[in-house]
Amino acid sequence: MPADTANPFTGTTVGISVENVNKSYGNVNVLRDISLDVKPGEIFCIMGPSGSGKTVLLKQIVGLEKPTSGRVLIDNFDASDPETRTKVHLAFVFQAGALFNSLSVYDNLALYPREHRLGDENSIRERVRHALSILSLEKAADKMPSELSGGMKKRVAIARALVMEPQLLVYDEPTAELDPILSATISEIIATLREQIAVTSLVVTHDRALALGIADRIAIIMDGRIRTISTAQELKHNTEPIITDFMNPVIDPKNPRFRKLEPNNE
Amino acid sequence: MLKRFVLFCENFGAALIMLANSARHLKTLPRQFSRFIDQCYLIGYTTMPIVTILSFFIGSVLALQSGYSMENFGANQFIGTLVGLSMARELGPVMVAILVTGRAGSAITAELASMNVYQEIDALKTMNIPPERILVLPRLVAVLFMMPVLSMVANLCGWYGGAIVCQYTQFISVDTQSYFAALKRYMNFKDILDGLMKAEVFGFVVVTICCHIGLTVRGGPREIGAAVTNAIVTSLIFILVLDYFITMALL
Ligand SMILES: Nc1ncnc2c1ncn2[C@@H]1O[C@H](COP(=O)(O)OP(=O)(O)O)[C@@H](O)[C@H]1O
Ligand SMILES: [Mg+2]
Repeated sequence: MPADTANPFTGTTVGISVENVNKSYGNVNVLRDISLDVKPGEIFCIMGPSGSGKTVLLKQIVGLEKPTSGRVLIDNFDASDPETRTKVHLAFVFQAGALFNSLSVYDNLALYPREHRLGDENSIRERVRHALSILSLEKAADKMPSELSGGMKKRVAIARALVMEPQLLVYDEPTAELDPILSATISEIIATLREQIAVTSLVVTHDRALALGIADRIAIIMDGRIRTISTAQELKHNTEPIITDFMNPVIDPKNPRFRKLEPNNE
Repeated sequence: MLKRFVLFCENFGAALIMLANSARHLKTLPRQFSRFIDQCYLIGYTTMPIVTILSFFIGSVLALQSGYSMENFGANQFIGTLVGLSMARELGPVMVAILVTGRAGSAITAELASMNVYQEIDALKTMNIPPERILVLPRLVAVLFMMPVLSMVANLCGWYGGAIVCQYTQFISVDTQSYFAALKRYMNFKDILDGLMKAEVFGFVVVTICCHIGLTVRGGPREIGAAVTNAIVTSLIFILVLDYFITMALL
């Protein structure tokens, strides 16, 4: 694959189709009958309370785990088949970044093109520089991951995903633990990337501003089930109590929520 | 008990699969030359000082003990043979294997386990880079290169340790020249080769075990420590049990 240095991030986008996916660990059902379609080029957000199974769903989609039943297709290839990753380029931005701690930021980014022999050291340097510059990380190139702040780690993780020239970018809570300004920056990056490299984006987030601001469609997952899939506009006007409470929780110290929490026995 | 046996078989099979997957990437080795060198450094160079010191003292003690007991029937002139053969055939390889387990094996398991716990291994998988290729293969090849080197160093240090003790201990007083003459007279090149072969097997098994345990850790950071302990204990058991069978096969 020749690296096009003028605009290295070009490619055709792919869609995802999740068909009746169930996932259980032991006898705990984490995902129950999840079905959704992400169209090529779309920004699709998944929201939901902590522990509702969002990360687990992403693991099935990127093929790190195999669903107990049902299947995930990426561009009509089964996601759990290792061969699929040679056919479609997908990149996963892990919730915790998952940077290689023994490698510098530059080497973190260069690992993929080097291992897959995508051009000589010069073109790889161009490619890495370009990805770093998109996320304003040029100065951090020689730092080790342990020297970075949380927000920078996240940006490096996104840059590392970009170097892969992905057709599909999957983010797990890209703005968690970031301050509001940085969160807004990340949202802008995700939206801009679609313009620049026409990538399909799947974003798991708690960040209402991000989801309502840039998503084409939003799915809400609760307890491993999909509650609704709708556009941002539709979601704003949704009047189901459980959805409105999730989107705009009212803090009421007189009637605190934690009193209502029950040990939910499966 | 049965459950444990099944678990052992599962792990054994998984380790073999890991080896097979590493072997499939053998042709990428030239490209990974710098990783190979790094691992040679970590496995060989960092273990070298402790190998020299310990083997020197093991050789010395061996000479001292055998001098003490052989004096009674005037067999002092054979101390060189005894130290030479024991070091080359048995103590050298086993000691090096144990030290490599403690020094390098534990570091391998800790590193791979933490990569696993912090999802770096998952990240490699999503990048379509097989962990076996860049993490296991260079280590295996490096240990195969370094074990003979470490064992030879251990042999030499052990022999010299014995020689020095023989020369300067009053009740032994065998001079260095006749010590090494005895060492040479009854020792074949095959004895050294057998020892090196043992060392190769030990090194390969230890690195396989340590990589496998590191790569299959489940859970959080607490499990990293448990994995290291597990890897060391398993490696030591394998070394000593294998030692018996290899010795039997080679005699
Ligand atoms: N490997 C696993 N084994 C057992 N349970 C798991 C595993 N991974 C996740 N879970 C459970 O699945 C549920 C959903 O987890 P997760 O997808 O990480 O939540 P979130 O939506 O916050 O990302 C949690 O209750 C968690 O305990
Ligand atoms: Mg999560």
